[in-house]
Amino acid sequence: MSVDVRTVPEKLSRSTPAPARRRGRWRRLTRVGLGALSVLLGIAIWDLVSRNYTAFFLPSPLLTWQGAVELVRDGTLWDSVTASSTRILTGWALGVVIGVPVGLLMGCVPWLRLMLDPYIQFFRFVPPIAFVTLAIIWLGPGEASKVALIFYTTVFIVALNTLAGVLSVDELRLRAARALGANPVRTLVSVVLPSTVPHVVTGARLAMGNSFLTIVSAEIVAAQSGLGSLIWTARNYAKTEWVFVGIIALGLLGYLFDWILRMVTSKTLRRYGVNF
Amino acid sequence: MTGSGSPVSVRDVDIRFGDFVAVRQANLDIGAGEFVCLLGPSGCGKSTLLNAIAGFVIPVNGEVTCGDTRVTGPDVSRGVVFQSAEALFPWLTVRQNVAFGPRMRGVGKAQRAAAVDRYLAMVGLSHSADRFPAQLSGGMRQRAQLARVLANEPSVVLMDEPFGALDAQTRLVMQVELDRIWRETGATIVFVTHDIGEAILLADRIVTMTAGPSAGIKNVYPCDLPRPRDLTDPASAALFRQLREDIGAEVARTLRAQGLDDGHDGGAAGDPAGPAGAGTVPPSGVNGVRLADGDRRALR
Repeated sequence: MSVDVRTVPEKLSRSTPAPARRRGRWRRLTRVGLGALSVLLGIAIWDLVSRNYTAFFLPSPLLTWQGAVELVRDGTLWDSVTASSTRILTGWALGVVIGVPVGLLMGCVPWLRLMLDPYIQFFRFVPPIAFVTLAIIWLGPGEASKVALIFYTTVFIVALNTLAGVLSVDELRLRAARALGANPVRTLVSVVLPSTVPHVVTGARLAMGNSFLTIVSAEIVAAQSGLGSLIWTARNYAKTEWVFVGIIALGLLGYLFDWILRMVTSKTLRRYGVNF
Repeated sequence: MTGSGSPVSVRDVDIRFGDFVAVRQANLDIGAGEFVCLLGPSGCGKSTLLNAIAGFVIPVNGEVTCGDTRVTGPDVSRGVVFQSAEALFPWLTVRQNVAFGPRMRGVGKAQRAAAVDRYLAMVGLSHSADRFPAQLSGGMRQRAQLARVLANEPSVVLMDEPFGALDAQTRLVMQVELDRIWRETGATIVFVTHDIGEAILLADRIVTMTAGPSAGIKNVYPCDLPRPRDLTDPASAALFRQLREDIGAEVARTLRAQGLDDGHDGGAAGDPAGPAGAGTVPPSGVNGVRLADGDRRALR
């Protein structure tokens, strides 16, 4: 019962004595501190290892930092980040907006579920990378092909998660709604949809991760901008440190997006049982 | 405000799930504003019969009527209180849960708020109106369920072991409250329970059922003891014994059908009171005797 979990900390923070709260703060500090320590340790090891190799094979943290400064100064990094982010957010948002109603309908209309099922089961196993070439042939090398690929990778995950959510709605709630006078459409909107919110959010988070996987491959094949393109073109200049900058930027960007998604959903959708 | 209840009639009802015959040839007439308890061990089809009155399951033969209309599906005139508080919508506050029915029926905002306040006060939940179900105790959740049903002003309230998951003390409080609320609203109540004491405390008539499959109505006991009732009073005690023998026979039959012995000397074969043992005087506590619970465990 995720809702239970949500209410308990609220009560705790209001009524717990100061020493307990101090202990809680200390625990949080330790957690953040350990994470930071681990990152510093990782950089130190990276630095030690890099001393044994050429900068082309494994650039040092310092060289990577200098590469990053270079890319920030000439605007390449910012342009790459915004280009990739825009594609990801557009395709992902479209996928969520289409995926949720598709999942809801599939959950509520059995014949539709049966008709769509073979396609879903088939395309689930075809990764977006396999469609990169087709996307470029059909939609051209511009933004549309990249956005379409992100959409593709998002829509299935979101629809399938929403479907799972619909199918797991407690029969008791549906009966209660009907006995209270809700017609099928209002039951769908007022009972089924709210019940599936945690599933939808999980689907959207997974899709965000997959969008990052997809964008890099799409940009590597055909793009003049974006983090994937940055990583790929770095090879032409033998600038391995730029590859590292691109990879680190991707990781940080993904982390940031997921963090924002978690913050926003757990703040606004708390009552639906979203709690990360 | 008595007299707002509707009569319910169950005529030659057969209920089947695939090949499984859950209820066969059930006949029962419930008067307007009457409080009827369906009493029996688990698996005896009492919840199935209640679901047929609610319109959740449709009988293959026979018919259920409520007032003048035949039951063909769920309706706001027949409210249902479930055993599990999962039936409450966890994303809505208590107030919003109670307002759900009126909202679905398109009742105006002011009128809706008045109805919600009235029924929250009736079940004693006014102070918790803005809390979420997860923040309530089990008894409070069942109060919220009851208020949610009453806000639709149903003529029949169907209750499926609503206090079954509560602790004994809370259950006693809820039984007293329900007795008061029933008299305040005048609704017809059909109440499913396996607790003999609970049935005696609440019902105008107690209906026992034969053990399923192919369950049916077995006996109907009028229960016109003066209210508020006391289980230690001799008339109550006599009725208690009678009901226990009635149900005990069904439990024993089920055990025999499953090839189980109930552990008593010859109990399963001959003793009509079954595993509980006939003749024991019910203890003074209302919920002291939980015959069906014990039997349920024995049946597993």
